[in-house]
Amino acid sequence: MSNRAASLLVSRLSRTQQTRSKAHFTFQPSTQLPESLQSRERTKQNLMQAVNDAMKIAMETDDTAVVFGEDVAFGGVFRCSLDLQKQFGKDRVFNTPLCEQGIAGFGIGLAVSGATAIAEIQFGDYIFPAYDQLVNEAAKYRYRSGGLFSCGGLTVRSTWGAVGHGALYHSQSPEAQFTHTPGLKVVVPRGPIQAKGLLLSCIRDPDPCIFFEPKILYRLAAEDVPVGDYMLPIGKADTVRPGKDITIVSWGTQVHVALEAAQLAKEKLEIDVEVIDLQSIQPWDEDHVVESVKKTGRLIVTHEAPITSGFGAEIAATVQKRCFLHLESPVERVCGYDTPFPHVHEPFYIPSVTRVFDAIKKSVKF
Amino acid sequence: MAIFSVPSPFVARIQEIMAFLNRQLQAVFSNGVRAQQSRLASNDVTFQTKPYKLHKLDDGPNTSVTLNREDALKFYREMQVIRRMESAAGNLYKEKKIRGFCHLYSGQEACAVGMKAAMTDGDAVITAYRCHGWTYMLGSTVTEVLSELTGRISGNVHGKGGSMHMYTKSFYGGNGIVGAQQPLGAGIALAMKYREQKNFCITLYGDGAANQGQLFEATNMAKLWDLPVVFVCENNGFGMGTTAERSSASTDYYTRGDYVPGIWVDGMDVLAVREATRWAKEYCNAGRGPLVFELATYRYHGHSMSDPGTSYRTRDEIQEVRKTRDPITGFKDRIITANLATEEELKNIDKEVRKEVDEALKTATSDGVLPPEALYTDIYHNTEKQVIRGATIDETVVQKYKNTAELLKENK
Repeated sequence: MSNRAASLLVSRLSRTQQTRSKAHFTFQPSTQLPESLQSRERTKQNLMQAVNDAMKIAMETDDTAVVFGEDVAFGGVFRCSLDLQKQFGKDRVFNTPLCEQGIAGFGIGLAVSGATAIAEIQFGDYIFPAYDQLVNEAAKYRYRSGGLFSCGGLTVRSTWGAVGHGALYHSQSPEAQFTHTPGLKVVVPRGPIQAKGLLLSCIRDPDPCIFFEPKILYRLAAEDVPVGDYMLPIGKADTVRPGKDITIVSWGTQVHVALEAAQLAKEKLEIDVEVIDLQSIQPWDEDHVVESVKKTGRLIVTHEAPITSGFGAEIAATVQKRCFLHLESPVERVCGYDTPFPHVHEPFYIPSVTRVFDAIKKSVKF
Repeated sequence: MAIFSVPSPFVARIQEIMAFLNRQLQAVFSNGVRAQQSRLASNDVTFQTKPYKLHKLDDGPNTSVTLNREDALKFYREMQVIRRMESAAGNLYKEKKIRGFCHLYSGQEACAVGMKAAMTDGDAVITAYRCHGWTYMLGSTVTEVLSELTGRISGNVHGKGGSMHMYTKSFYGGNGIVGAQQPLGAGIALAMKYREQKNFCITLYGDGAANQGQLFEATNMAKLWDLPVVFVCENNGFGMGTTAERSSASTDYYTRGDYVPGIWVDGMDVLAVREATRWAKEYCNAGRGPLVFELATYRYHGHSMSDPGTSYRTRDEIQEVRKTRDPITGFKDRIITANLATEEELKNIDKEVRKEVDEALKTATSDGVLPPEALYTDIYHNTEKQVIRGATIDETVVQKYKNTAELLKENK
C-alpha cells in the first residue's frame, strides 16, 4: 500500500472511530407473532427486561429454580437479574465467587439432583474456563449413565457477541464451539420476544442448554413483548422477511444486519431477499432452511464469529448436499475474519451491512 | 538478610523488643513530632510498618524500614503519575474516547510502586486486567498507556490490545480472563529457575480471582518444584461487585496457599510493600520456593467503568479510606514530617506530573490509528500475504506485512 493510501485509510479510520459509538445495525422489532400469542396483551420491554421477566416467571412456576452467577444478586452487570433476589430471597438468587468452572460444575450437580439451575456466565468469553465442565460433564451425563441421570435442569445464560467496544475478551461469539458437542443445546435470540420465549423453553428443556444473549441488544432492542408465560420452540427457525431470490440465514444481532442488507438489495437491485433467523443453533432447523433454499436457489450464511469452522460451515455443507441441484450459485459465508476479536479494528471485523450486500450481489451475479 | 529458622513465639518476642527499642529511638530523635520515624546518621529515615502477618514462616520482612530522600521523591512521583493517569483515563472513557473496557488502579498505587522498587533486572511481572499502573511502572510512558486505551498508534501495542492488554519486556501483561495469568506466572518462574537466573516472577491477582481453581493448580506446581514465584493477591476488598467476605470462605488470602508460606502486607504503605517484596525476592532466590502475598488495599473506582462502585458499598466508606488510608497522602505526610521533602517540592512534582499527563492526553486523542491491514498481523508467525477488504470495496488492500513491526516500519 502506498503511503498516500495508508494515510487516507488512517484518516478514514479516525473518522470511523469518532462516529463508532453508533451501533453497526438498526434493531428491527418483530412484525409477526406466533399465532398462539397474537391475542395476548403486550408490554414494551428491552431484551434485558425480557430476560429478567423470563427468569421471574421460571422461578414463580418452579420452586426448585435458582439463579446464580457473578454479581447476579444486585442484578448483574447487565441488570438481567434485577430485583429477583428481592422477590425470591437469598437462597434462590445468589452471587458466586469468580470461578466459571465452579459455576458450571456446581450447576451441573444442582441440576443432576433435580433442581432447575439457571447459571450466568458474565461474558461468553469467560465461558472457556467452564468449557470442560459443560463439554465433558453436562453434555454427556445422560449418555454415560445410560439415561439414569441428566442435568437437563441446567441452563447457562451468557452474554454474547460484539458490543462496539469490547475488544478481545468481551466480544466473542462461541456458539460453534458448543454445537460441536452432542448433548448440549445452543440458542441465540434476536430480540426481546424471542429472548423471553426461548429462555423459558431452555430453562424447562429436559437437556442442558446454553443461551447466548447478544449483549448489544440488552438496552438497544425494545419491542412489545407478550405479557405472561409463553415458550417458543427450540430447534425451529423463523422467517423474518420472506423473499424469492436469495436466502440469508443468521442469528442474534446479525439478523438485523441481514435485514438491513435485504432492504438495501430491494431498493438498489430489486432483489427479494428471504431472511431466516435460525434462533436455535443446536439443534438447527435444517428443513426450514433447505425448503427456503430450494425456493430461492441461493444462500448466504452470516455470523459474527470467525469464518473458519463457524456454524456457517455446517449449514453450507448440509445445504450443498440437500439442495445441490437447486443451487444457482455457491453458498456464500459473510462472517468475522479469522482474527482474534480486534480492539481498534472492530468496524472492519464486523460482517457489516455492506459486506452482506456485497455477497448478495456476488451470489446473484454468479 | 540472614535467613534463620527459630520458633515463631521467640521471633515475635524479639520483634516486640525491637519495636520497643525503635520507639525509644524515635522519641529521642523525632522530638515527639511523629512517633513513627527516626533520622539516622545519613539522610536515611527509619519508619515502622504495620506488622506483617506470617503463614508457615518463622521469619518475615522487617517492620523497620529506611527511606532516603531520593526514593521518597521517586515513589511520591510514581504514585502521583498513576493516580493522575487513571483519572485521565476515567475522563477519556466518560468522553467516549476510550472504547474497550477500562479498570482503574486508583487507590492501589502503593502496591505497584512498592513492588517495583524491590525488583531488579530480569525480574518479571504478570497481572490481571487492572494493569495500567503496572504497565507504566515497568517501562511504558503515560502516552503509551493512554494511547493504547484510545486505540492509537502510539499506544503500548499500537492500539491492538486496549485496556487489559499491555506489555513490556519484563511485563507479561494484563489479562482479560480472571485468573488466567496465575499458572502463566508459575511457568515464567520455571523458566527462570531452569536458566538459573537470580530472578523471580511476581504473579498478581485480585481477591476475586483468588477463588479461581487455576490458582490452586499453579501454587501446587510452584511448591512442588520450588519455583521462584510470589503469588500476590491484591485484596482491594471487592471481586467486581461482591465483597471478599461474601465470596471467600477464608479472607486470609495470605494463608490460602496452604503449604505455600504467606505474608500479609499493608498494601497502602509503599514502604511495607517494598520491604516485603525485597524479602520475598531473597527468599525465592535462595531456592526456598514460592510465597503467597496478600496486599491489603482498596480501589476507589468501581470494578469497571460500567460499575459506579456504590451499590455494594457506601460513599462514606470510600471517603473514609481516602481520608485515613490513602497511599499517597499517607506517604506525603510521612515524608514531609520526616523532612525528606518539603510541601513545596511535592507541589512542584504534582505540577510536573500534571504536565506529563496533559501532554500524553494530547497525543492519545490526536494520534492516528493503525491501518486496517494490521487486523491480520501477528495472528500467526509471519503472516502470509492476503487481500483485505476495507469498510467499502474501494478500500480493499493487500496485507503484505509479516508482522506489525514491519508494517509500522514501512508506514513511517
